[in-house]
Amino acid sequence: MTRILSTALTEFRIALRNRWVAIALVLMAVFSLVLSLAGSAPTGGLGIDRLSVAVASLTSLSVYLIPLLALLMSFDAIAGEAERGTLPLLLAYPIAREEILIGKLLAHLAILTLAVLLGHGIAAAVALWTDENALDGLPALARLSWSSVLLGATFLGAGYALSSLSRRPSGAAGLTIGLWLGLVVLYDLALLSAIVADNGGWFTIHAFPIALLANPADAFRLFNLTASGATAAAAGVGGAADAIPLWQSLTSVLLWPLAALAIAAAAFRKVTP
Amino acid sequence: MTSTLTISDLTKRFGDVAALAGVSLSVAPGERVALLGHNGAGKSTLMKIILGLIPMSSGKVTICDAAPGSAAARAAVAYLPENAAFHPALTGLEQTRHYLRLRGEDPGLAMGLMEKVGLGPAARRRIGTYSKGMRQRVGLAQALIGHPRLLVLDEPTSGLDPVSRREFYALLDELAAQGSSILLSSHALTEVEARTDRIVILSKGRLVAEGTLADLRRRADLPVTLHVTARNGCASDVAAQLPGAILVDGALHMTCPQSAKLETMGRIAALGPKVADLDVLPPSLEDLYAHFSQRGAP
Ligand SMILES: Nc1ncnc2c1ncn2[C@@H]1O[C@H](COP(=O)(O)OP(=O)(O)OP(=O)(O)O)[C@@H](O)[C@H]1O
Ligand SMILES: [Mg+2]
Repeated sequence: MTRILSTALTEFRIALRNRWVAIALVLMAVFSLVLSLAGSAPTGGLGIDRLSVAVASLTSLSVYLIPLLALLMSFDAIAGEAERGTLPLLLAYPIAREEILIGKLLAHLAILTLAVLLGHGIAAAVALWTDENALDGLPALARLSWSSVLLGATFLGAGYALSSLSRRPSGAAGLTIGLWLGLVVLYDLALLSAIVADNGGWFTIHAFPIALLANPADAFRLFNLTASGATAAAAGVGGAADAIPLWQSLTSVLLWPLAALAIAAAAFRKVTP
Repeated sequence: MTSTLTISDLTKRFGDVAALAGVSLSVAPGERVALLGHNGAGKSTLMKIILGLIPMSSGKVTICDAAPGSAAARAAVAYLPENAAFHPALTGLEQTRHYLRLRGEDPGLAMGLMEKVGLGPAARRRIGTYSKGMRQRVGLAQALIGHPRLLVLDEPTSGLDPVSRREFYALLDELAAQGSSILLSSHALTEVEARTDRIVILSKGRLVAEGTLADLRRRADLPVTLHVTARNGCASDVAAQLPGAILVDGALHMTCPQSAKLETMGRIAALGPKVADLDVLPPSLEDLYAHFSQRGAP
């Protein structure tokens, strides 16, 4: 336990000095502020409170931002140690590889959680200031908060796995950017074009829901939009959320972090210094 | 007393490359052993196997009756890898505290360790601002944590200035006196000569020589070099009496086998007043090293 906490503390200190903490906090704060201010423009009598509108736009933002932050913090985790030559030393210490990973995860997750809480706190404050009905949106915001942290954990795990596989920080950086582009941007584009080409056939009915659930970023968006009944406010892939029951996207949101961390542990176990 | 480290018939292959072939070695408590060998001889590989970092192809290694990489072995062994550069954003003190906690020791001991390796004044500065030798000292500080039964040090003095090297070996003497065994690799032969109990030479993954320096000297039986300075005007006379001698910078250089040393010196002494001075140069460690590593080459 001391070993895990010491690792977490050391990693947190490094992240603090490398400005990762500042970058994450500022990004989340600025984007949340902008989105919640935009969300508090007249809602045109849709009958939903301003915070719920802000949650819908925060969800779309988080799908991009949280994975990016998580990957940026994690790509160096193993590859950096390997390059500095401290990996063999660390592995010679009486600490299990899993403990090293958990320690790093705790530190990075703490930073993500801080950023999410700050951003969402600002969004809640702005909404409550301008609309007393905004209290109705708080459960949706809370749900967005914890699912954002889980989404972060998934991509931290993915980052550690790629960091273990590539052994060089530059290689790991390339792989993580590729993963981000692939899962967060290109995946949805590919799905959309497949749907257009398919024109309501087998793919749209059977393969598409599974494809959405299989991607942690899409499952996260789906879960939050379905749960808050805000699918109408979302465009694109999110608009298809109606068809998929909530428990399915919830299961994906809960399972992905575990799966990603298991993959990270397996990849790290394979590393020979 | 049983040995701290026992290696028998250790072989390690990387694909087609045999990095280590049939190496056997044991290190007793309190013994300081220097591992010598050319670049790529397998020194670092041997150390990584001892630490359980990479698997061996065949053979057997035990550290204090435990298998490499086991919890018991890891607790008993300290390591300094080659070219370790610690995280530039941490201070030396923070890094050392972290390593103390990983070994379950009191992090309050960190400052004492920093002072021991001469980093006291710089302890609170970031490692990013350290010089190469200072970074190396952080590595040494962490290797001193606890009371390791075995220290495995990969080129520990690389980057250290001559005075620091002396201090470093003094630290090792202290540890060895307390019963810690030390296995270190080095390319600096002269310092190894005075400061270790035994020398092991690896060549292309094979152990080609092992023993104290005196042992190795005797076994190699390398020729002794004699420098004879003749008195003014007698040089050609003296040279005529000493077949095989060549004139270099006014002195006659010649070699003779170890066994013929006294006889040769006697012949030179017999030349009496014609000889102004005589220097006898035993084979250097470099000569010995070259001798054994070449002999090991196929
Ligand atoms: N991971 C690896 N994969 C393939 N070959 C390797 C690997 N590690 C080491 N080798 C090979 O094993 C041999 C021994 O390497 P090692 O690093 O042990 O040498 P060394 O004696 O420490 O050399 P140096 O004095 O340069 O540090 C070399 O031929 C090297 O190329
Ligand atoms: Mg080496």
